[in-house]
Amino acid sequence: MSLKKKISMTVNGQLINAEVEPRRHLVDFLREDLHLKGPHLGCEQGACGACTVKVDGQIIRGCLFLAVQADGSVVETVEGLTKNGTLTDLQESFMRHNAMQCGFCSSGMLLAAAELIEQQPKATREQVREWISGNYCRCTGYHSIVDAIVDVLDARAKGQKIKPVVANA
Amino acid sequence: MNKPSDLKGMVLDPVTNDQRYIGNSEPRHGARRLLEGQGTYIDDIQLPRMGHVVYWRSPVAHMKIGKIHTEHASKMPGVLAVVDGVQMAKICKPWVATLGHLAGMKSAPQHALAIDRACWQGEPVVAVVAETRAQAEDALQHIDVEWEELPAVVSMETALDADTPLIHPELGDNLCFTRSLDVGNVDEVFATADVVAEATFGFGRHTGVTLEPRCQIADYNPGDRRLTVYHSQQAPHMMQDLYCRQFGLSESDVHVICKDVGGSFGIKVHAYPDDFATVGLAMMLERPVKFVADRLESFTSDIHAREHRIKGRIAANKAGDILAFEIDDLTAIGPYSMFPRTSAIEGNQVVNLVGGPYKHQNYRAHLNVVFQNKTPTCQYRGVGHPIACAVTEGLVDLAAQKLQMDPLEFRKRNVIPDDAYPCSGISGIKLEVLSHEQCLRTIEKMMDYSALRKEQAELRKKGIYRGIGFATLIELTNPSPAFYGVGGARIASQDGATVRMDPSGVVSVLIGVGEQGQGTEGIYTQIAADAVGVSIDQVRIVTGDTDVTPYGGGTWASRGAGVGGEAVLLAAQALQENILKLAGAILNRPVAELIARRGYILDKATGEQLLPFSEVGRVGYFRTDTLPAGFSADLMVTRHYTQKDYPFIFTNGVQASYVEVDPETGFVKLLKHWAVEDCGRVINPMLVNEQVRGAIVQGIGGVLFEECLYDESGLLRNGSMADYLVPMANEMPDIEVAHVETPTQSSKLGAKGAGEAGTAGAPGAVQNAINDALAPFNASVFDQPITCEKILRALKKI
Ligand code: FES
Ligand code: FES
Repeated sequence: MSLKKKISMTVNGQLINAEVEPRRHLVDFLREDLHLKGPHLGCEQGACGACTVKVDGQIIRGCLFLAVQADGSVVETVEGLTKNGTLTDLQESFMRHNAMQCGFCSSGMLLAAAELIEQQPKATREQVREWISGNYCRCTGYHSIVDAIVDVLDARAKGQKIKPVVANA
Repeated sequence: MNKPSDLKGMVLDPVTNDQRYIGNSEPRHGARRLLEGQGTYIDDIQLPRMGHVVYWRSPVAHMKIGKIHTEHASKMPGVLAVVDGVQMAKICKPWVATLGHLAGMKSAPQHALAIDRACWQGEPVVAVVAETRAQAEDALQHIDVEWEELPAVVSMETALDADTPLIHPELGDNLCFTRSLDVGNVDEVFATADVVAEATFGFGRHTGVTLEPRCQIADYNPGDRRLTVYHSQQAPHMMQDLYCRQFGLSESDVHVICKDVGGSFGIKVHAYPDDFATVGLAMMLERPVKFVADRLESFTSDIHAREHRIKGRIAANKAGDILAFEIDDLTAIGPYSMFPRTSAIEGNQVVNLVGGPYKHQNYRAHLNVVFQNKTPTCQYRGVGHPIACAVTEGLVDLAAQKLQMDPLEFRKRNVIPDDAYPCSGISGIKLEVLSHEQCLRTIEKMMDYSALRKEQAELRKKGIYRGIGFATLIELTNPSPAFYGVGGARIASQDGATVRMDPSGVVSVLIGVGEQGQGTEGIYTQIAADAVGVSIDQVRIVTGDTDVTPYGGGTWASRGAGVGGEAVLLAAQALQENILKLAGAILNRPVAELIARRGYILDKATGEQLLPFSEVGRVGYFRTDTLPAGFSADLMVTRHYTQKDYPFIFTNGVQASYVEVDPETGFVKLLKHWAVEDCGRVINPMLVNEQVRGAIVQGIGGVLFEECLYDESGLLRNGSMADYLVPMANEMPDIEVAHVETPTQSSKLGAKGAGEAGTAGAPGAVQNAINDALAPFNASVFDQPITCEKILRALKKI
């Protein structure tokens, strides 16, 4: 029954050739075939944002996107964006504010936040809340996430970087 | 960031001789891997030869199971096994979830896979295991179960009526548990009181919606007859014990591992039928089997909670003293009491807690816990507290309104005063030490109450309806064995910690309480660093592994800091003593002249650095030949702690909510929320703040959005994240948190729990704020979730 289709894509900077069933979702492909642990599955129906990844520069829900749709694309997950430094400021700010608890929502939150920072560098606190409204967080109550994102927006506006969190010796 | 300045003016005496971290908002370093996508949740684990299970679950609320046809499914590609209840019962015993100290409580035996009958929509009936999840799901379509629908008990109001069918005929009725309490002179007080107010409170069922669904991998190795279960769970040792008892294994044959857990909230502290079934399948197949609930399964099979209908009244006198409370609580728990904590505890808690913050002397409560054909309910964050608090605080506001007293003044007058402790609450609960008066004073200042009232009055003139609501609360934490142990449940109230110094001077802490995001591991790092005398990055925490951590109860009833933290403190201090002894032997100096600080042994008198810990470790492990005869360098110690002074240690706090209600649409806008909480010694203010905030938002979910809705035949109508509303960032308010610190004397650390108070207080505060906004219309709503529709009904607009 497996009518597999050949696909190739660049995932976190690496060229991947694979054969997948057309019904395979991108997030399942990334998680199960490529063993990436960053994108998570919370609902499989586009409601929670835990599966957020970037395809050709845009964030998408990996559970609503088929792997074959990403054929020929550049796919980035939290792992790749961590390595190339795109998320560094946000990650430090999230650490500083404890803007994550169980961390299951975090990769999706970070990717959504990164896109906000790119597209709305002057966003207000309310606009930050609005922007991340597509991402569930069941643990934090959102307040600290909003604080963390607002801090990065402020720092960027002043041309500053968020200081890395180091152990208080 | 919340630095200890938040706590300025209330710095407590140190608990260790090198206190640098306890009390500070240290970031938790373990969290970095979660932010980098490097966490390991169950679904991230793939084992060789791993099969995937999906369950055919009852499609209706109550059914008789006929013949099960599996031939076609078994032949589907990749299918490894198709197993029904009869086959499963050959290796997994049934269970009955009752507790000995809940007198008269009953429940029926329950199986891992239903046999003969399924009693709620979502009860697992047939298991299909295949090489991939997709193959298992494909095969599931070909399972053919002959079934006949049976009449379902859906409404709890009629569950005890004579003409309602019995869910378990052998139990004689649909009553699980009943309890009555009558203290003082309730009838007389109500008959003669100046003011009596009453209301009927409704609470919709809700569920936890952990973002990571329930999941596990069971792996049975026939060679050494050992079962390993990777589980997204809060209580690994409890599951170890249950697996050995249900499958006839010995404790040493079962190994439970909990890695990163993606949210728990009480949802993951219960033993579910599919937990046992997945283990049974791994044993039958002798290969690893993974189960990950999909979201629909989560909605129909994760425990629900809080379906209650409570009639309550309050009596007060003209002077403004609360004289009495009376409640009648009806609650429904689904067809079985949940294993092993039992589903009667929630209602029992409501009886214990109503009226709890106040000094009245007359109280009557009646509780009926009934069975019904819906998903089983059990303990979920705050267990009974949000219900008790919303009822108490709703009634308190009604009385204040009748007396035309300010609701904050009324509370100040009636709370048990801060100098009255220790004392007993009217329901018999033992209160060690609380700080209601100080918390009320703090919140008044924090929210600038008088200015807010002025603003409210001004806006009201302009047709803008805002309301302020308070909720004073008590929360039980740090439970003793009186909670479950005395009832016969094998749920540990003690916890143990092992602290070890390695040759290079780094410290490992192994502890029975794990991490589900609360920051538990973070505070253990702080405690251990201070108590051993090293820097925080020299401490590593190991949790969630029954093979290596000391036996303990895990995460429930807000015990991580108070019980687990104390165990870490005791073990770490004992290790420091041993390090000093060893240093004394190396230096040939009396121990009394030495102290340990930041990884060094110092001369106590001069502060001179004498030896680094690494040198102590080197000699202690590799050059014991240089130590005096008979000297043993014990660089690993274990200590256990049980809180035995009180049945539980109560905490307290107060919350306030500021809302705007649009009388045209019934829409509620949350403007701001304040919380003052007293969790005893605050180990990390930032982490406590975030516990409080997350919990408040979960409480707000309950009062405004969340409800598991059923139709008349007992089918869940909103089993998806798109239909079951939970709070999102956009509609949540900013939440200001302040701390009052009244340490418990029952431990050295003095910490009480902080994980649930937010959820306990928020529903009452928001409900009262909405009703305050509706006051000019003489309308009120006491039915949660308080939806726009219910508000419009109260306003007689629809
Ligand atoms: S898993 Fe894709 S949005 Fe929830
Ligand atoms: S941190 Fe747990 S869901 Fe957001």
